[in-house]
Amino acid sequence: MPTLPVLPDAEQLVDQLVEQLRPRVHANTAMVGIVTGGAWLAERLHKRLAISAPLGLIDISFYRDDYSSSGLKASVKPSHIPFDVNGRDLLLVDDVLYTGRTTRAALNELFDYGRPRSVQLVVLADRDERQLPIAAQFAGAVIQVPLGQSLELHRDAQGRFEFALQARIDVGNSQPAGAP
Amino acid sequence: MQANPQLNKRGGLQHLLSIDGLPRDIVLHILDTASSFVGISEREVKKVPLLRGKSVFNLFFENSTRTRTTFEIAAKRLSADVINLNVDTSSTAKGESLLDTIDNLAAMNADMFVVRHAQSGAPHLIARHVQSHIHVVNAGDGRHAHPTQGLLDAYTIRHYKHDFSHLAVAIVGDVLHSRVARSLIGVLRTMGTPDIRVIAPQTLLPAGVEQLGVTVFNDIAQGLRDVDVIVMLRLQNERMRGPLLPSAQEFFKTYGLTDERLALARPDAIVMHPGPMNRGVEIDSPVADGGHAVILPQVTFGIAVRMAVMAILAGGV
Repeated sequence: MPTLPVLPDAEQLVDQLVEQLRPRVHANTAMVGIVTGGAWLAERLHKRLAISAPLGLIDISFYRDDYSSSGLKASVKPSHIPFDVNGRDLLLVDDVLYTGRTTRAALNELFDYGRPRSVQLVVLADRDERQLPIAAQFAGAVIQVPLGQSLELHRDAQGRFEFALQARIDVGNSQPAGAP
Repeated sequence: MQANPQLNKRGGLQHLLSIDGLPRDIVLHILDTASSFVGISEREVKKVPLLRGKSVFNLFFENSTRTRTTFEIAAKRLSADVINLNVDTSSTAKGESLLDTIDNLAAMNADMFVVRHAQSGAPHLIARHVQSHIHVVNAGDGRHAHPTQGLLDAYTIRHYKHDFSHLAVAIVGDVLHSRVARSLIGVLRTMGTPDIRVIAPQTLLPAGVEQLGVTVFNDIAQGLRDVDVIVMLRLQNERMRGPLLPSAQEFFKTYGLTDERLALARPDAIVMHPGPMNRGVEIDSPVADGGHAVILPQVTFGIAVRMAVMAILAGGV
Protein backbone atom coordinates (compact mmCIF):
# COMPACT_ATOMS: atom_id res chain seq x y z
CA MET A 1 0.00 0.00 0.00
CA PRO A 2 1.70 3.23 -1.11
CA THR A 3 1.51 6.12 1.29
CA LEU A 4 -0.98 8.76 0.21
CA PRO A 5 0.43 12.23 -0.43
CA VAL A 6 -0.33 15.11 1.89
CA LEU A 7 -2.70 17.34 -0.05
CA PRO A 8 -2.07 21.09 -0.08
CA ASP A 9 -4.59 23.64 1.12
CA ALA A 10 -6.71 24.41 -1.97
CA GLU A 11 -7.72 27.85 -0.69
CA GLN A 12 -4.09 28.85 -0.33
CA LEU A 13 -3.42 27.71 -3.90
CA VAL A 14 -6.26 29.90 -5.15
CA ASP A 15 -4.60 32.91 -3.46
CA GLN A 16 -1.27 32.03 -5.09
CA LEU A 17 -2.88 31.68 -8.53
CA VAL A 18 -4.54 35.06 -8.21
CA GLU A 19 -1.15 36.66 -7.50
CA GLN A 20 0.50 34.79 -10.40
CA LEU A 21 -2.23 35.82 -12.81
CA ARG A 22 -2.75 39.42 -11.76
CA PRO A 23 0.14 40.95 -13.78
CA ARG A 24 -0.98 38.96 -16.87
CA VAL A 25 -4.55 40.22 -16.99
CA HIS A 26 -5.23 43.05 -19.44
CA ALA A 27 -8.13 44.49 -21.42
CA ASN A 28 -8.09 41.70 -24.02
CA THR A 29 -8.13 38.87 -21.45
CA ALA A 30 -11.13 36.60 -21.14
CA MET A 31 -11.62 33.49 -19.01
CA VAL A 32 -13.25 30.13 -19.71
CA GLY A 33 -13.81 27.48 -17.03
CA ILE A 34 -14.24 23.76 -17.72
CA VAL A 35 -17.33 22.27 -16.04
CA THR A 36 -17.48 21.32 -13.16
CA GLY A 37 -14.41 21.90 -10.96
CA GLY A 38 -12.73 24.24 -13.44
CA ALA A 39 -15.89 26.33 -13.58
CA TRP A 40 -15.94 26.73 -9.79
CA LEU A 41 -12.31 27.84 -9.80
CA ALA A 42 -12.88 30.15 -12.77
CA GLU A 43 -15.79 31.85 -10.99
CA ARG A 44 -13.49 32.72 -8.10
CA LEU A 45 -10.53 33.80 -10.24
CA HIS A 46 -12.71 35.82 -12.62
CA LYS A 47 -14.17 37.79 -9.74
CA ARG A 48 -10.92 38.39 -7.85
CA LEU A 49 -9.04 39.42 -11.00
CA ALA A 50 -11.93 41.71 -12.04
CA ILE A 51 -11.82 40.52 -15.65
CA SER A 52 -14.17 42.72 -17.66
CA ALA A 53 -15.36 40.15 -20.27
CA PRO A 54 -18.09 37.89 -18.82
CA LEU A 55 -16.97 34.42 -17.72
CA GLY A 56 -17.35 31.58 -20.23
CA LEU A 57 -18.10 27.97 -19.29
CA ILE A 58 -17.59 24.85 -21.36
CA ASP A 59 -18.73 21.27 -20.91
CA ILE A 60 -16.50 19.05 -23.01
CA SER A 61 -18.85 16.03 -23.08
CA PHE A 62 -19.49 16.34 -26.81
CA TYR A 63 -15.74 16.46 -27.54
CA ARG A 64 -14.52 13.55 -25.41
CA ASP A 65 -12.29 10.98 -27.10
CA ASP A 66 -13.78 8.08 -25.11
CA TYR A 67 -17.37 8.83 -26.18
CA SER A 68 -17.81 5.68 -28.27
CA SER A 69 -16.80 3.49 -25.32
CA SER A 70 -18.43 5.37 -22.47
CA GLY A 71 -21.34 7.26 -24.07
CA LEU A 72 -22.87 10.51 -22.93
CA LYS A 73 -23.02 11.24 -19.24
CA ALA A 74 -26.44 11.81 -17.76
CA SER A 75 -26.32 15.56 -17.43
CA VAL A 76 -24.45 17.62 -19.97
CA LYS A 77 -24.41 21.32 -19.14
CA PRO A 78 -24.67 23.58 -22.17
CA SER A 79 -21.46 25.41 -22.94
CA HIS A 80 -21.85 29.16 -22.69
CA ILE A 81 -19.25 31.54 -24.11
CA PRO A 82 -20.85 35.00 -23.77
CA PHE A 83 -18.12 36.93 -25.64
CA ASP A 84 -16.49 36.86 -29.06
CA VAL A 85 -13.58 34.42 -28.89
CA ASN A 86 -11.89 35.83 -32.00
CA GLY A 87 -8.64 37.65 -31.19
CA ARG A 88 -8.94 37.18 -27.42
CA ASP A 89 -6.21 36.18 -25.00
CA LEU A 90 -7.91 33.34 -23.19
CA LEU A 91 -7.24 31.85 -19.80
CA LEU A 92 -8.57 28.30 -19.83
CA VAL A 93 -9.23 27.12 -16.29
CA ASP A 94 -9.47 23.58 -14.92
CA ASP A 95 -9.19 22.18 -11.40
CA VAL A 96 -6.79 19.27 -12.00
CA LEU A 97 -4.52 18.64 -14.99
CA TYR A 98 -3.85 14.93 -15.46
CA THR A 99 -3.72 13.11 -18.81
CA GLY A 100 -4.34 16.28 -20.86
CA ARG A 101 -7.32 14.75 -22.67
CA THR A 102 -9.82 17.14 -21.11
CA THR A 103 -7.67 20.10 -22.15
CA ARG A 104 -7.43 18.76 -25.70
CA ALA A 105 -11.22 18.40 -25.88
CA ALA A 106 -11.69 21.91 -24.45
CA LEU A 107 -9.29 23.42 -27.01
CA ASN A 108 -11.15 21.72 -29.85
CA GLU A 109 -14.44 23.07 -28.59
CA LEU A 110 -13.04 26.59 -28.04
CA PHE A 111 -11.87 26.77 -31.64
CA ASP A 112 -15.39 25.99 -32.83
CA TYR A 113 -16.39 29.35 -31.34
CA GLY A 114 -13.68 31.26 -33.16
CA ARG A 115 -9.93 31.89 -33.30
CA PRO A 116 -8.45 33.22 -30.07
CA ARG A 117 -5.13 35.11 -30.20
CA SER A 118 -3.71 32.94 -27.42
CA VAL A 119 -4.84 30.32 -24.91
CA GLN A 120 -3.07 29.74 -21.61
CA LEU A 121 -3.91 26.92 -19.25
CA VAL A 122 -4.57 27.65 -15.58
CA VAL A 123 -4.97 24.75 -13.11
CA LEU A 124 -5.14 24.48 -9.37
CA ALA A 125 -3.23 21.18 -9.33
CA ASP A 126 -0.99 19.43 -11.85
CA ARG A 127 -0.77 15.71 -11.11
CA ASP A 128 1.67 14.82 -13.92
CA GLU A 129 1.26 11.57 -15.94
CA ARG A 130 0.46 13.43 -19.15
CA GLN A 131 -0.61 11.40 -22.21
CA LEU A 132 -0.59 14.38 -24.58
CA PRO A 133 1.85 17.24 -25.23
CA ILE A 134 0.00 19.71 -23.03
CA ALA A 135 1.33 21.84 -20.18
CA ALA A 136 -0.13 24.34 -17.74
CA GLN A 137 1.27 27.88 -17.87
CA PHE A 138 -0.09 28.54 -14.38
CA ALA A 139 -0.38 25.79 -11.78
CA GLY A 140 -1.11 26.17 -8.07
CA ALA A 141 0.89 23.05 -7.19
CA VAL A 142 2.32 19.84 -8.61
CA ILE A 143 0.91 16.88 -6.69
CA GLN A 144 2.07 13.28 -7.09
CA VAL A 145 -0.93 10.98 -6.87
CA PRO A 146 -0.64 7.19 -6.85
CA LEU A 147 -2.18 5.30 -9.79
CA GLY A 148 -5.70 4.11 -9.17
CA GLN A 149 -6.49 7.29 -7.25
CA SER A 150 -8.17 10.35 -8.65
CA LEU A 151 -7.53 13.82 -7.31
CA GLU A 152 -10.73 15.79 -7.01
CA LEU A 153 -11.64 19.30 -6.04
CA HIS A 154 -14.60 19.51 -3.67
CA ARG A 155 -16.63 22.57 -2.76
CA ASP A 156 -18.46 22.69 0.56
CA ALA A 157 -21.71 24.47 1.39
CA GLN A 158 -19.80 27.69 2.24
CA GLY A 159 -18.06 27.57 -1.15
CA ARG A 160 -14.66 26.61 0.32
CA PHE A 161 -12.41 24.40 -1.81
CA GLU A 162 -10.73 21.23 -0.62
CA PHE A 163 -8.78 18.49 -2.39
CA ALA A 164 -9.74 14.86 -1.94
CA LEU A 165 -8.40 11.54 -3.16
CA GLN A 166 -10.86 9.02 -4.51
CA ALA A 167 -10.27 5.43 -5.60
CA ARG A 168 -11.01 5.22 -9.34
CA ILE A 169 -13.77 2.78 -10.16
CA ASP A 170 -13.19 2.78 -13.90
CA VAL A 171 -9.68 3.60 -14.98
CA GLY A 172 -10.33 2.79 -18.66
CA ASN A 173 -8.85 5.24 -21.12
CA SER A 174 -7.49 7.56 -18.47
CA GLN A 175 -4.91 5.00 -17.42
CA PRO A 176 -1.41 5.98 -18.49
CA ALA A 177 0.15 3.80 -21.16
CA GLY A 178 2.11 0.87 -19.76
CA ALA A 179 0.25 0.83 -16.43
CA PRO A 180 -0.89 -2.61 -15.21
CA MET B 1 -43.33 -11.65 -23.72
CA GLN B 2 -40.75 -10.23 -26.10
CA ALA B 3 -38.09 -7.96 -24.66
CA ASN B 4 -38.43 -4.27 -25.48
CA PRO B 5 -36.59 -3.97 -28.83
CA GLN B 6 -35.80 -0.31 -28.11
CA LEU B 7 -33.55 -1.04 -25.15
CA ASN B 8 -30.21 -2.83 -24.99
CA LYS B 9 -29.25 -5.33 -22.30
CA ARG B 10 -28.11 -2.56 -19.97
CA GLY B 11 -31.41 -0.72 -20.31
CA GLY B 12 -29.93 1.98 -22.57
CA LEU B 13 -31.45 3.15 -25.84
CA GLN B 14 -30.74 0.76 -28.73
CA HIS B 15 -33.34 1.99 -31.25
CA LEU B 16 -35.95 4.74 -31.16
CA LEU B 17 -39.09 3.18 -32.61
CA SER B 18 -42.00 4.47 -30.56
CA ILE B 19 -42.84 6.41 -27.42
CA ASP B 20 -44.56 3.27 -26.11
CA GLY B 21 -42.19 1.39 -23.87
CA LEU B 22 -39.75 4.29 -23.60
CA PRO B 23 -38.90 4.74 -19.90
CA ARG B 24 -39.35 8.18 -18.41
CA ASP B 25 -35.65 8.51 -17.50
CA ILE B 26 -34.67 7.98 -21.14
CA VAL B 27 -37.20 10.61 -22.28
CA LEU B 28 -35.72 13.03 -19.73
CA HIS B 29 -32.16 12.18 -20.81
CA ILE B 30 -33.11 12.97 -24.43
CA LEU B 31 -34.76 16.28 -23.51
CA ASP B 32 -31.87 17.34 -21.23
CA THR B 33 -29.26 16.43 -23.83
CA ALA B 34 -31.23 18.31 -26.50
CA SER B 35 -31.07 21.49 -24.44
CA SER B 36 -27.26 21.31 -24.59
CA PHE B 37 -27.41 20.99 -28.36
CA VAL B 38 -29.62 24.07 -28.92
CA GLY B 39 -26.69 26.45 -28.44
CA ILE B 40 -24.47 24.65 -30.95
CA SER B 41 -26.66 25.80 -33.83
CA GLU B 42 -25.86 29.42 -32.90
CA ARG B 43 -22.06 29.05 -32.91
CA GLU B 44 -19.61 29.93 -35.65
CA VAL B 45 -18.87 26.21 -36.21
CA LYS B 46 -22.25 24.48 -35.90
CA LYS B 47 -20.76 21.06 -35.33
CA VAL B 48 -19.58 18.75 -32.58
CA PRO B 49 -17.44 15.69 -33.33
CA LEU B 50 -19.60 13.06 -31.57
CA LEU B 51 -20.53 11.05 -34.68
CA ARG B 52 -17.34 11.65 -36.64
CA GLY B 53 -16.72 8.71 -38.94
CA LYS B 54 -20.24 7.29 -38.54
CA SER B 55 -22.54 6.79 -41.52
CA VAL B 56 -26.20 7.69 -41.12
CA PHE B 57 -28.55 6.49 -43.84
CA ASN B 58 -31.78 8.41 -44.28
CA LEU B 59 -34.14 5.80 -45.71
CA PHE B 60 -37.29 7.50 -46.87
CA PHE B 61 -39.77 5.02 -48.35
CA GLU B 62 -42.33 7.82 -48.15
CA ASN B 63 -41.64 11.38 -49.20
CA SER B 64 -41.03 14.00 -46.55
CA THR B 65 -38.53 16.67 -47.47
CA ARG B 66 -38.86 18.51 -44.20
CA THR B 67 -38.38 15.62 -41.79
CA ARG B 68 -35.55 14.25 -43.92
CA THR B 69 -33.84 17.65 -43.95
CA THR B 70 -34.00 18.06 -40.17
CA PHE B 71 -32.54 14.58 -39.65
CA GLU B 72 -29.86 15.38 -42.20
CA ILE B 73 -28.94 18.65 -40.47
CA ALA B 74 -28.95 16.95 -37.06
CA ALA B 75 -26.61 14.19 -38.24
CA LYS B 76 -24.31 16.67 -39.97
CA ARG B 77 -24.07 18.87 -36.86
CA LEU B 78 -22.87 15.73 -35.07
CA SER B 79 -20.22 15.35 -37.83
CA ALA B 80 -21.72 12.13 -39.25
CA ASP B 81 -21.64 11.31 -42.95
CA VAL B 82 -25.21 11.37 -44.24
CA ILE B 83 -26.52 9.39 -47.17
CA ASN B 84 -30.04 10.20 -48.35
CA LEU B 85 -32.01 7.52 -50.14
CA ASN B 86 -35.46 7.99 -51.56
CA VAL B 87 -36.14 4.32 -51.76
CA ASP B 88 -39.50 4.44 -53.50
CA THR B 89 -37.73 5.74 -56.58
CA SER B 90 -34.87 3.24 -56.54
CA SER B 91 -34.43 -0.44 -55.75
CA THR B 92 -37.85 -1.29 -54.32
CA ALA B 93 -39.30 -0.11 -57.61
CA LYS B 94 -37.17 -2.83 -59.19
CA GLY B 95 -38.67 -5.43 -56.87
CA GLU B 96 -36.06 -5.72 -54.11
CA SER B 97 -37.49 -6.63 -50.72
CA LEU B 98 -37.15 -4.26 -47.76
CA LEU B 99 -34.76 -6.50 -45.84
CA ASP B 100 -32.60 -7.12 -48.91
CA THR B 101 -32.26 -3.35 -49.27
CA ILE B 102 -31.28 -3.13 -45.60
CA ASP B 103 -28.71 -5.94 -45.93
CA ASN B 104 -27.11 -4.19 -48.87
CA LEU B 105 -26.85 -0.90 -47.01
CA ALA B 106 -25.52 -2.67 -43.90
CA ALA B 107 -22.85 -4.19 -46.14
CA MET B 108 -21.85 -0.59 -46.95
CA ASN B 109 -21.06 -0.23 -43.20
CA ALA B 110 -24.05 1.80 -42.11
CA ASP B 111 -24.11 2.76 -38.42
CA MET B 112 -27.62 4.16 -38.24
CA PHE B 113 -30.83 4.02 -40.27
CA VAL B 114 -33.40 6.80 -40.09
CA VAL B 115 -36.53 5.21 -41.52
CA ARG B 116 -39.75 6.74 -42.83
CA HIS B 117 -42.26 4.24 -44.19
CA ALA B 118 -45.95 4.29 -45.11
CA GLN B 119 -46.34 0.85 -43.53
CA SER B 120 -46.80 0.78 -39.74
CA GLY B 121 -44.16 -1.42 -38.14
CA ALA B 122 -41.54 -1.23 -40.89
CA PRO B 123 -38.89 0.33 -38.59
CA HIS B 124 -39.52 -2.44 -36.02
CA LEU B 125 -38.98 -5.05 -38.71
CA ILE B 126 -35.68 -3.43 -39.67
CA ALA B 127 -34.61 -3.05 -36.03
CA ARG B 128 -35.18 -6.74 -35.37
CA HIS B 129 -33.25 -7.66 -38.50
CA VAL B 130 -30.04 -5.60 -38.19
CA GLN B 131 -26.91 -6.46 -36.19
CA SER B 132 -26.57 -4.93 -32.76
CA HIS B 133 -24.07 -2.21 -33.74
CA ILE B 134 -26.66 -0.65 -36.08
CA HIS B 135 -29.26 1.69 -34.65
CA VAL B 136 -32.69 2.47 -36.11
CA VAL B 137 -34.65 5.69 -35.68
CA ASN B 138 -38.30 5.75 -36.67
CA ALA B 139 -38.99 8.94 -38.62
CA GLY B 140 -42.68 8.12 -39.02
CA ASP B 141 -44.35 4.84 -39.91
CA GLY B 142 -47.90 4.70 -41.28
CA ARG B 143 -50.45 5.75 -38.68
CA HIS B 144 -48.36 4.23 -35.92
CA ALA B 145 -45.68 6.51 -34.51
CA HIS B 146 -43.45 9.53 -35.06
CA PRO B 147 -41.45 9.51 -31.83
CA THR B 148 -38.98 12.32 -32.58
CA GLN B 149 -41.93 14.62 -33.37
CA GLY B 150 -43.54 13.66 -30.04
CA LEU B 151 -40.25 14.34 -28.26
CA LEU B 152 -39.71 17.70 -29.93
CA ASP B 153 -43.28 18.68 -29.04
CA ALA B 154 -42.55 17.72 -25.43
CA TYR B 155 -39.29 19.69 -25.59
CA THR B 156 -41.17 22.76 -26.87
CA ILE B 157 -43.85 22.48 -24.18
CA ARG B 158 -41.22 22.08 -21.47
CA HIS B 159 -39.28 25.07 -22.84
CA TYR B 160 -42.29 27.38 -22.51
CA LYS B 161 -44.20 25.79 -19.62
CA HIS B 162 -41.31 24.20 -17.62
CA ASP B 163 -43.46 21.60 -15.86
CA PHE B 164 -46.12 19.19 -17.12
CA SER B 165 -47.83 18.45 -13.81
CA HIS B 166 -50.45 21.23 -14.05
CA LEU B 167 -50.92 21.43 -17.81
CA ALA B 168 -54.00 21.13 -19.99
CA VAL B 169 -53.05 20.24 -23.57
CA ALA B 170 -55.52 20.16 -26.49
CA ILE B 171 -54.76 18.28 -29.70
CA VAL B 172 -57.03 19.46 -32.50
CA GLY B 173 -57.86 17.96 -35.89
CA ASP B 174 -57.26 14.73 -37.76
CA VAL B 175 -56.31 12.44 -34.88
CA LEU B 176 -57.39 9.35 -36.84
CA HIS B 177 -54.62 9.52 -39.42
CA SER B 178 -52.06 11.17 -37.19
CA ARG B 179 -48.97 9.34 -35.95
CA VAL B 180 -47.95 12.72 -34.51
CA ALA B 181 -51.00 12.73 -32.20
CA ARG B 182 -50.34 9.18 -31.04
CA SER B 183 -46.69 9.87 -30.16
CA LEU B 184 -47.53 13.19 -28.52
CA ILE B 185 -50.23 11.64 -26.31
CA GLY B 186 -47.72 8.96 -25.31
CA VAL B 187 -44.99 11.39 -24.31
CA LEU B 188 -47.44 13.72 -22.53
CA ARG B 189 -48.57 10.79 -20.40
CA THR B 190 -44.99 9.75 -19.69
CA MET B 191 -44.28 13.28 -18.49
CA GLY B 192 -47.34 13.19 -16.21
CA THR B 193 -49.67 15.64 -17.97
CA PRO B 194 -52.97 15.54 -16.06
CA ASP B 195 -55.34 16.96 -18.70
CA ILE B 196 -54.95 15.78 -22.31
CA ARG B 197 -57.80 16.58 -24.69
CA VAL B 198 -58.46 15.66 -28.29
CA ILE B 199 -60.79 17.86 -30.31
CA ALA B 200 -62.10 16.52 -33.62
CA PRO B 201 -65.22 15.43 -35.47
CA GLN B 202 -66.16 11.85 -34.64
CA THR B 203 -65.17 10.73 -38.14
CA LEU B 204 -61.54 11.81 -37.54
CA LEU B 205 -61.13 10.02 -34.21
CA PRO B 206 -59.89 6.45 -33.94
CA ALA B 207 -62.24 4.01 -32.21
CA GLY B 208 -61.52 3.75 -28.50
CA VAL B 209 -59.34 6.86 -28.40
CA GLU B 210 -60.40 7.43 -24.76
CA GLN B 211 -58.37 4.38 -23.81
CA LEU B 212 -55.23 6.41 -24.53
CA GLY B 213 -56.08 8.48 -21.46
CA VAL B 214 -57.55 11.52 -23.19
CA THR B 215 -60.83 13.42 -22.96
CA VAL B 216 -62.72 13.73 -26.25
CA PHE B 217 -64.42 16.92 -27.39
CA ASN B 218 -66.37 17.31 -30.61
CA ASP B 219 -66.97 21.00 -29.89
CA ILE B 220 -63.80 23.08 -30.16
CA ALA B 221 -65.18 25.93 -28.02
CA GLN B 222 -65.67 23.56 -25.11
CA GLY B 223 -62.39 21.76 -25.64
CA LEU B 224 -60.16 24.83 -25.75
CA ARG B 225 -61.42 26.34 -22.52
CA ASP B 226 -58.46 27.22 -20.24
CA VAL B 227 -55.90 25.04 -22.00
CA ASP B 228 -52.19 25.89 -21.73
CA VAL B 229 -51.13 24.31 -24.99
CA ILE B 230 -52.92 23.91 -28.34
CA VAL B 231 -51.48 21.49 -30.86
CA MET B 232 -53.06 21.79 -34.29
CA LEU B 233 -52.73 18.78 -36.58
CA ARG B 234 -52.33 19.01 -40.31
CA LEU B 235 -55.43 18.17 -42.33
CA GLN B 236 -54.06 16.23 -45.25
CA ASN B 237 -55.54 17.26 -48.57
CA GLU B 238 -56.28 13.72 -49.64
CA ARG B 239 -58.60 13.32 -46.64
CA MET B 240 -60.80 16.23 -47.56
CA ARG B 241 -62.28 14.67 -50.65
CA GLY B 242 -63.24 11.40 -48.94
CA PRO B 243 -66.41 10.62 -47.04
CA LEU B 244 -64.97 11.74 -43.68
CA LEU B 245 -65.24 15.48 -44.27
CA PRO B 246 -67.50 17.71 -46.35
CA SER B 247 -64.84 20.29 -47.38
CA ALA B 248 -61.84 22.30 -46.23
CA GLN B 249 -63.98 25.42 -45.77
CA GLU B 250 -66.43 23.48 -43.64
CA PHE B 251 -63.59 22.13 -41.50
CA PHE B 252 -62.16 25.60 -40.97
CA LYS B 253 -65.60 26.88 -39.93
CA THR B 254 -66.04 24.21 -37.26
CA TYR B 255 -62.46 23.36 -36.20
CA GLY B 256 -60.08 26.00 -37.56
CA LEU B 257 -58.05 27.88 -34.94
CA THR B 258 -58.96 31.57 -35.09
CA ASP B 259 -58.09 34.42 -32.72
CA GLU B 260 -61.62 34.19 -31.30
CA ARG B 261 -61.21 30.55 -30.42
CA LEU B 262 -57.67 31.06 -29.15
CA ALA B 263 -59.11 33.60 -26.67
CA LEU B 264 -60.89 30.71 -24.94
CA ALA B 265 -57.57 29.22 -23.89
CA ARG B 266 -55.40 30.60 -21.09
CA PRO B 267 -53.94 34.05 -21.84
CA ASP B 268 -50.40 32.60 -21.96
CA ALA B 269 -51.34 29.60 -24.09
CA ILE B 270 -48.94 28.46 -26.81
CA VAL B 271 -49.98 27.26 -30.27
CA MET B 272 -48.04 24.44 -31.92
CA HIS B 273 -48.22 22.74 -35.31
CA PRO B 274 -46.03 19.92 -36.66
CA GLY B 275 -46.03 21.51 -40.13
CA PRO B 276 -46.50 21.91 -42.96
CA MET B 277 -49.59 23.94 -42.07
CA ASN B 278 -52.58 24.72 -44.22
CA ARG B 279 -53.51 28.34 -43.57
CA GLY B 280 -57.24 28.80 -43.71
CA VAL B 281 -57.90 25.08 -43.18
CA GLU B 282 -56.81 24.10 -39.67
CA ILE B 283 -55.24 27.43 -38.66
CA ASP B 284 -56.02 31.06 -39.45
CA SER B 285 -53.11 33.24 -40.63
CA PRO B 286 -53.29 35.78 -37.76
CA VAL B 287 -52.92 32.89 -35.28
CA ALA B 288 -50.11 31.23 -37.21
CA ASP B 289 -48.19 34.53 -37.30
CA GLY B 290 -49.32 35.75 -33.86
CA GLY B 291 -47.58 36.01 -30.52
CA HIS B 292 -48.89 32.69 -29.19
CA ALA B 293 -47.49 30.61 -32.05
CA VAL B 294 -44.27 28.69 -31.35
CA ILE B 295 -44.33 26.82 -34.65
CA LEU B 296 -40.92 27.99 -35.90
CA PRO B 297 -39.15 27.40 -32.56
CA GLN B 298 -40.53 23.83 -32.83
CA VAL B 299 -38.47 23.39 -36.01
CA THR B 300 -35.29 24.67 -34.33
CA PHE B 301 -35.82 22.49 -31.25
CA GLY B 302 -36.55 19.55 -33.56
CA ILE B 303 -32.97 19.58 -34.80
CA ALA B 304 -31.57 19.61 -31.26
CA VAL B 305 -33.90 16.76 -30.21
CA ARG B 306 -32.87 14.65 -33.22
CA MET B 307 -29.21 15.36 -32.44
CA ALA B 308 -29.81 14.17 -28.88
CA VAL B 309 -31.49 10.95 -30.03
CA MET B 310 -28.68 10.12 -32.45
CA ALA B 311 -25.95 11.03 -29.95
CA ILE B 312 -27.47 8.85 -27.24
CA LEU B 313 -27.99 5.93 -29.65
CA ALA B 314 -24.43 6.09 -30.95
CA GLY B 315 -23.06 6.43 -27.41
CA GLY B 316 -24.61 3.07 -26.66
CA VAL B 317 -25.02 3.34 -22.89
